[in-house]
Amino acid sequence: MRSRFRSGAARRRGRRAGLTALLLILFATACEREERNFQGLPPSAASSIPPVRESPLQPGPPTRSASVSGPYEGNAYGVSQGKTLYNQFNCSGCHFQGGGGIGPPLMDADWIYGSDPQNIYETISEGRPNGMPAFGGKIAPDQIWQIVAYVRSMSGLLRKDVAPGRNDDMQVRSQEQSTQKAKPVQSAIPPSSERP
Amino acid sequence: MGVNVLTLQARPTVSCITAAFANPRQDRSTCDKVVLGQMASAGYADSMTKRSVLVAIALFSLGCSRGAERPASQQPAVHTTTLSARTPADTGTGSDDGQWRMPARNFASTRYSGLGQITAQNVGHLQLAWTFSTGVTRGHEAGPLVVDSTMYVVTPFPNILYALDLSKPGAPAKWTYKPSPMLAAQGVACCDLVNRGAVYYDGKIYYNTLDDHTVAVDAKTGKEVWKTQVGDINRGESITMAPLVVKGKVLVGNSGGEFGVRGWLTALDAQSGKLAWRAYHTGPDKDVLIGSRFKPFYSQDRGKDLGVSSWPGDAWKIGGGGVWGWISYDPDLNLIYYGTANPGPWNPDIRPGDNKWTAAMFARDPDTGEAVWAYQWSPHDLFDYDGINELILLDLPIKGQTRKVLIRPERDGYIYVLDRTTGEVLSADPYGYITTTKGVDLKTGRPIEVPEKAPQTGKVVREICPAAPGAKDWQPSSYSPKTGLLYIPHQNLCQDEEGTEANYISGTPYVAAIVKMYAGPGGNRGVVTAWDPVARKKVWEIKENFPVWSGTVVTAGDVVFYGTMEGWFKAVDAHTGKQLWQFKTGSGIIGQPVVYRGPDQKEYVAIMSGVGGWAGAVVAGGLDVRDSSAALGFVNAMKDLPQATTKGGMLYAFALP
Repeated sequence: MRSRFRSGAARRRGRRAGLTALLLILFATACEREERNFQGLPPSAASSIPPVRESPLQPGPPTRSASVSGPYEGNAYGVSQGKTLYNQFNCSGCHFQGGGGIGPPLMDADWIYGSDPQNIYETISEGRPNGMPAFGGKIAPDQIWQIVAYVRSMSGLLRKDVAPGRNDDMQVRSQEQSTQKAKPVQSAIPPSSERP
Repeated sequence: MGVNVLTLQARPTVSCITAAFANPRQDRSTCDKVVLGQMASAGYADSMTKRSVLVAIALFSLGCSRGAERPASQQPAVHTTTLSARTPADTGTGSDDGQWRMPARNFASTRYSGLGQITAQNVGHLQLAWTFSTGVTRGHEAGPLVVDSTMYVVTPFPNILYALDLSKPGAPAKWTYKPSPMLAAQGVACCDLVNRGAVYYDGKIYYNTLDDHTVAVDAKTGKEVWKTQVGDINRGESITMAPLVVKGKVLVGNSGGEFGVRGWLTALDAQSGKLAWRAYHTGPDKDVLIGSRFKPFYSQDRGKDLGVSSWPGDAWKIGGGGVWGWISYDPDLNLIYYGTANPGPWNPDIRPGDNKWTAAMFARDPDTGEAVWAYQWSPHDLFDYDGINELILLDLPIKGQTRKVLIRPERDGYIYVLDRTTGEVLSADPYGYITTTKGVDLKTGRPIEVPEKAPQTGKVVREICPAAPGAKDWQPSSYSPKTGLLYIPHQNLCQDEEGTEANYISGTPYVAAIVKMYAGPGGNRGVVTAWDPVARKKVWEIKENFPVWSGTVVTAGDVVFYGTMEGWFKAVDAHTGKQLWQFKTGSGIIGQPVVYRGPDQKEYVAIMSGVGGWAGAVVAGGLDVRDSSAALGFVNAMKDLPQATTKGGMLYAFALP
């Protein structure tokens, strides 16, 4: 073993190099600090979303519009704002803390109208036929994007360091942060819309 | 901020009738005159009413003597004759025991069938006769109707009405009526997309759709006669109740105590569908139809515009108090009886005051809607004790006198017995496990609350028993004049609750509470209790694993039928509760069993199987059990239901071979 023969000076040099590397890593990660957007997005942010197709069956030119990442997908502050808004705008009144009730669950893998941020944005803003109200005009576009990010965190679709890690109220579910990612699957039409 | 918390007052002036009971030596004839005089001066001018008062007094005195003659037998005491005189399935709907023309079979809401072909001795041979699939898989809470040789079935949303021809083998459909309710109405239905049934009257079937319409359909042809919009989903209103028709008026109420609605009961003209009257349950007296005839028994319920002054600011406008349960009717007194739903939001911190007239009972004149008495049994309700349960009208011997009573197994765990002429509470005995109150103060009518169980904003209060669905929810009891027992299907649940901030946004929920329910002591979540209302005690009980969310029916053959959420349809001995027969249906049962005589003269019992409702939302709505607060906290108590049953929608009819 060569190290056995290393001098004390060499050992010190090695330690210094380790320290420098550590500082460099810390420095580099410090650059990654997430930004808080205190301005909010301009209202036009909503209209500039490219439409996302909900069917792979495409008689026209086949396009799979690239999934646009919502502006708060990687932003813990935005997601926690989304969680507050989710409760304040009574989303929790129907979907509760993700288990559903009047509306479908949001913590599972099933998505009726798509799991992409654009899909969820559209669901909140324009509503859906089976009882989902259209909140556009009631909630600002920027806040809808925050709710979109939070909704995606409920089934573990966001990074763990972004998803909320604690709850201020009675514990009723595991934290979003520790929720295992539920790979989105397309759900059938809502059972309630069966019309024999 | 006109908050007016009424201070408790001494017992109010007793009416002549109650005085007579308090002092039996009082001369009854003078007393009768006083009553008449009082009533006349109180505006009882029209001769019809006077006649009914006379009839009431006649029955009353008759009842007294009967009461005295009653042999002290072991049979719980009920005057079958008096009862049948006042079991007005017979009034206006014919006296044929073989039919089932209104939700509770009769105006007294006994759900008692006089048919006796199926008995405790032979029910073990009961067999499946035929089935019918509704094609809908949400919670089937309705009971079918049987009129002549046709059965009528209303499904959950989208509220299809089927007419089945009982005269043909297998009961094929004669016609189908589809009201096509707005899909968006599903967003304002608090607790699954249920419908509790229809009512038959004068050649038409009447029922309500989830999107706030009442429809009249020709019973022979299935053609729509009229369709009236009575509410608005954008105010959070929906309708789930079965209507009742009284003297040509269709009585309908709204749901939405979790959506900040302003509750009401509405009467529509049965012929035209036009509005006859509407009584709100919050707001000024003129809206509540409180006028000169209003004589509440308790001082807490007296005063001007209490529906405004018992709320902070304008909170009464979104204060709840709908009607989505049951209505009973006494033709002699010409009064309808019903209960109003919980105040909104659930978090009581947000609505200081008594919050009248939520969680109250009303007696009204069906012709005008005028309130005759009201009794708020849960002032400033703390726990979503949503008082819409059934009211069973009986004449019972109480302390040696026959009294015209209404019996109500209430949400708060007590069986209330009220004098239905005055609204006086005669007794309130516990039938479930209770931690929230220590009893009911009969002097004031108010529950004796346990302060540490009151929910608060930002604080978790544990072991609130009974939980929000109460010791019993909407699922209706039955009463047999033969056994003198009440058969109560109910649940045994407790909850933890935290109040949160409320934000009223029209058309969205307005609850402001996080709730988590679980089984009460013993671990059995369901119970069927046989209760003797005269002896005021439990006679037997059956413990069930899941809440007993179906109604019960009892027959002259001394058999009680009910269903479980696993899907078992059961027959038990009305005297002992011993199980005599069971059949496993395809899905959990939350419907109302009915008994009828088929065109082949055989006795049938029919039940809808299709799990759902608030208790079964976890299956019907495909909810995620990892969230304990899902479906207003009910999911936490029902995490194992998806293993026990699956969705369905099927009608089963049984008969002896």
